[in-house]
Amino acid sequence: MSRPVAPATGSGRIRTPLPFPTAAKPAVADTQLRANLHRATRTIRAKRARVVDEVPDWEALRDAGAAIKADVQRRLPELLEQFEASATAAGATVHWARDAAEACRIVVALTQAAGADEVVKVKSMATQEIELNEALEAAGIAAYETDLAELIVQLGDDTPSHILVPAIHYNRAQIREIFQRRMADAPADLSDEPAALAEAARAHLRRRFLSARVAVSGANFAVADTGTLVVVESEGNGRMCLTLPETLISVVGVEKLLPTFTDLEVFLQLLPRSSTGERMNPYTSMWTGVTPGDGPQDVHVVLVDNGRSAVLADPVGRPALSCIRCSACLNVCPVYERAGGHAYGSVYPGPIGAILSPQLTGVADNASLPYASTLCGACYDVCPVKINIPEILVHLRQQAPHPPAERAAMRVLSWVMRSPRRWAAALRLARVGAGPLGAYRERRTGARTLRRLPWPASAWTRSRDLPLPAPQTFREWWGKQ
Amino acid sequence: MRIALFITCVNDLAFPATGIAVTRILRRLGHTVDFPADQTCCGQMHANTGYRAEAMPMVRNYVDVFDSYDAIVAPSGSCTAMIRDQYPHLHPPATSVAARTYELSELLVDVLGVTDVGAEFRETVTYHPTCHGLRMLRLGDRPLTLLRQVRGIKLVELGDAEECCGFGGTFALKNPDVSTAMLTDKCARVRDTGARVLAAADNSCLAHIGGGLDRHRSGVRAVHYAEILAETGATS
Repeated sequence: MSRPVAPATGSGRIRTPLPFPTAAKPAVADTQLRANLHRATRTIRAKRARVVDEVPDWEALRDAGAAIKADVQRRLPELLEQFEASATAAGATVHWARDAAEACRIVVALTQAAGADEVVKVKSMATQEIELNEALEAAGIAAYETDLAELIVQLGDDTPSHILVPAIHYNRAQIREIFQRRMADAPADLSDEPAALAEAARAHLRRRFLSARVAVSGANFAVADTGTLVVVESEGNGRMCLTLPETLISVVGVEKLLPTFTDLEVFLQLLPRSSTGERMNPYTSMWTGVTPGDGPQDVHVVLVDNGRSAVLADPVGRPALSCIRCSACLNVCPVYERAGGHAYGSVYPGPIGAILSPQLTGVADNASLPYASTLCGACYDVCPVKINIPEILVHLRQQAPHPPAERAAMRVLSWVMRSPRRWAAALRLARVGAGPLGAYRERRTGARTLRRLPWPASAWTRSRDLPLPAPQTFREWWGKQ
Repeated sequence: MRIALFITCVNDLAFPATGIAVTRILRRLGHTVDFPADQTCCGQMHANTGYRAEAMPMVRNYVDVFDSYDAIVAPSGSCTAMIRDQYPHLHPPATSVAARTYELSELLVDVLGVTDVGAEFRETVTYHPTCHGLRMLRLGDRPLTLLRQVRGIKLVELGDAEECCGFGGTFALKNPDVSTAMLTDKCARVRDTGARVLAAADNSCLAHIGGGLDRHRSGVRAVHYAEILAETGATS
């Protein structure tokens, strides 16, 4: 019998280096960024709404998606072992990684064993999470992103700001500038027409695909009963990576499991409509171990925990592991639209990031993220697997370390409000105390409001007038009836 | 039917006109309204900011104060959502009283079966559906159904109406930059309508949007929709 061990927290690019409000400040002030995000999120939001509205059984599909994921979470250890057995039987080698560092070590060692000094990459959140490119670079291995938006971000020495559209924060003029500066084989007369930009990237990447011997991918789904991995994409660049090189290494978070192949029916309907707003994505690649004489002959799967077991251990927070990385929640989030993805300090931005990152790292390490939401609920409405994001945000706020002054104020207020007698007295005191000031403001400005207050109330009055207590509270009016 | 008024803490102190309006509407419709004086706060601010333990005494007080009434009406979508959505999980004995707690438009339309409350209000009005009423209570068009029956009113549609105003309780203080950016856009959409009055179901959101509209001297007045429904055109 092995002793139970407390699940370890995750590492990698999932921690906010700065508190969210501080990190959001420059983004809010950047009018170009705000305009780019406004245009992009609203376009994709409208596309999603159109293709979701045309599905009569959308709510039933969401329920099915949520139920399958809940089932996976209930019996994850069993399903993982089943996946390992099926994939191994099909000729793949399955590796297990507790955290980011272990996963990176495995991928580096496999690449070195293949004798390669470069890899081509399929767009993958898991490899961004574990900071694989940095680990490969440190080992003298060049990693080439082949997803167009990932390529833009990589050439710009930047990090992704969106789960689906990593370069959403750039407009096409900015992308043209990055290509001209960093892509040696870009045409000299490159325009900022999307077709011209895509063609330049296509020519650039084609050479990479033909020379690469090792590819690294993630996976959207890992099917336990067959050992199949699935990558869903739009461009076909993923398909190139998944079929041309000799060695294929896939880094897969343990939560990506699905029990059976037929479960894909549900998710291949939910995912494209929720993410790109398409009825079906152009390329869905599936592979099961090795097929002799066809595609990669050396196939590896690295199953990564990196904090996921800790999430699984929390029954309220656990549904965060149901996420299929569609990014519909980002595209409807009014906070994401103003703050941008980088403010979340993690590869997982937006509402899902605000509940996933703090759970992967432990809430204390990402304490500002559960508060990076107004709890407006727009994310919950669009989530294809019905993750109640506002509920989990509130749950995580209970665990967050609270500032001492705030805690003291909240305790005093609670002490007052738990007693009808003290509350009535406090109302009277506030009304009487503010009376002369209210009367003065009303004479001077015609309104019982304040325009400027010292810190911390300045956080309110910098952009809004603050109403003062009324000359008569409601209960005083009622008492006079 | 014994109807109790849960006025909410913010309304009691800063927006008594809203509670007065609710009282007048219900009396005009022939109902008796009670205001149990021992009520305090629903505990939403504490619970949603991460102080659930500190919210619990308020939750229990709510049950003590309101459990004997047939219906409880609150002029706040957000406080009603706190009670209906969170109370049953926080404190199972609150399940029954939570189910009998209604936002004003729910009480009028669903429980009392009224859409015309006999109001008259000669202004151009735009309506902002606040988030918790919209997405937690699913109020739908109940408030607008009531407003459409008001004589003399001119209702104009608000652009991006269903987008959050950026208040979010303590969010407004913890994330002032993002909150202000959202507020600026909401105020712009309100001003685009040309309305002279902005109505909503939550005075906390209205204090935020109205505070922004006042700061920019927009001339748009932010009022709880109950105050419009209470108007009869007669000089009081």
